[in-house]
Amino acid sequence: MSDPTQEPADSEQISEGLRVAVDLNRCQAYAQCCYAAPEHFVLQGREALFYHPAPPLSARDAVERARLACPVQAIRVEVVTDRSA
Amino acid sequence: MSANGHAVIVGAALAGLRGAEAMRRAGFSGRLTLVGAEPHRPYDRPHLSKHMLTGEVSAAATALPNLVPLDAEWRLGTAATGLDRANRRLSLADGTTLPYDRLLIAAGTRARPWPNPAEGRLRGVHTLRTRDDAAALRAALVAGPRRVLIIGGGFIGCEVASACRTLDLPVTIVEPGPVPLARVLGRHLGAVVAALHEARGVELRSGTKVERLEDDGSGRVARAVLSDGDTIEADLVVVALGAVRNTEWLEGSGLKADEGGVDCNAYGQVLGEDGRADSAIAAAGDVARFPHPLYDGRRVALEHWGHAVAQAEHAGRLLAGADPGPAYAEVPAFWSAQGGITIKSVGLTEGADALAIAQGDPKAGRFLAVYGAKGRCIAAVSFDSGRWLPAYAEQIAARAPFPPIRGAADQGSLTILDPAFPEA
Repeated sequence: MSDPTQEPADSEQISEGLRVAVDLNRCQAYAQCCYAAPEHFVLQGREALFYHPAPPLSARDAVERARLACPVQAIRVEVVTDRSA
Repeated sequence: MSANGHAVIVGAALAGLRGAEAMRRAGFSGRLTLVGAEPHRPYDRPHLSKHMLTGEVSAAATALPNLVPLDAEWRLGTAATGLDRANRRLSLADGTTLPYDRLLIAAGTRARPWPNPAEGRLRGVHTLRTRDDAAALRAALVAGPRRVLIIGGGFIGCEVASACRTLDLPVTIVEPGPVPLARVLGRHLGAVVAALHEARGVELRSGTKVERLEDDGSGRVARAVLSDGDTIEADLVVVALGAVRNTEWLEGSGLKADEGGVDCNAYGQVLGEDGRADSAIAAAGDVARFPHPLYDGRRVALEHWGHAVAQAEHAGRLLAGADPGPAYAEVPAFWSAQGGITIKSVGLTEGADALAIAQGDPKAGRFLAVYGAKGRCIAAVSFDSGRWLPAYAEQIAARAPFPPIRGAADQGSLTILDPAFPEA
């Protein structure tokens, strides 16, 4: 995530991977996701959560840890396997 | 209503997706079709004006998670063009028709274009509403413009300016009001926003308007001429003048709709021109204008992410035939990230006649301001102080007296200010 050159190719659909959305109204910047999955969630400034909305399938466990760790349950995740979505 | 039949959702964005999921969750087992004007599956718009512009998020990565199996048919790249309620049939842009038994209108908005179409078509002139808009703007930013000119100092304009500074691009905001965001936040808080952007190198031209855009002789934008006679040389222009609601396709349907939205009752059922609710059709998200019970039934159409989710879930339950519960009364809420600061808001500031800095200190960059109207608490806005906000949201939902919280251990003495909204 910190390396912009690693962003996925801009194809119409990512056929396999995770889709993440965080309700940033709900987010209170407790940063538990940043501890649980530091590769995918990071605070930019005091309160601005930046997260990767489309991590690879290999990040599944880390992102799931982050989802569960969120004190306000603001993280939503879909696991997309080989369907064309 | 039965669990069967054909449900159609016009609008394949956040509200359409969450509405479809709510219908399935509520037990609707019939055929489900989502109709979208854009070629893309639902995507998450907040990235578009922030991390997509800085290159941290790609266009494809913005796809929204789908949280409930939908078993839906998708008609993408095909806008709805007409609604025949008598025959319960939609017309689509590809010339086909689509029958429905129940319909969710979640058609959203589009960017308000630059009023001069010829100038708006110049190369280098952008608007920002869709994923494709954001991809085009990102490409233009990467090309290294000499200066970016942003027309309009609202939330989108400010976020784009912030992304430009992150990319170290020279950027100017032209805002007719006294400060950015003055219409929503008032002059006091708008001045805090102005200082934040100026400290990051954004050039702010307030109290003036762009009169016209001029090209370089080859059809590419080169400069803007302002109402005060000045000229700004800029080879990339972002028109950030707000949004227009997608209601033209409802003309002739007998529904009450105009550029301000389609009218609904307190439950989300759309209203006919005769004032009667159509129980087969609901609306949700940016396009739905509804009486908000927290604001004396004032009719509002809210362009907020959380509202699109909550109202679509409410409408989805309603259309599925489930008891949707009491009238929709969610406290409005939004956030914006700009210049490294998170601005969050609950309630609606419109009509506020009083303002108090209830927590923190604007000079320190972290504070919460609460807005009152006629002695009642109507809104609160935090700058990097979101954890105080839920307590104020509760007070707003309870229509508490203003100021709602006094004497807290971490509060100073409260001074009541004029929020200083500009004249309309």
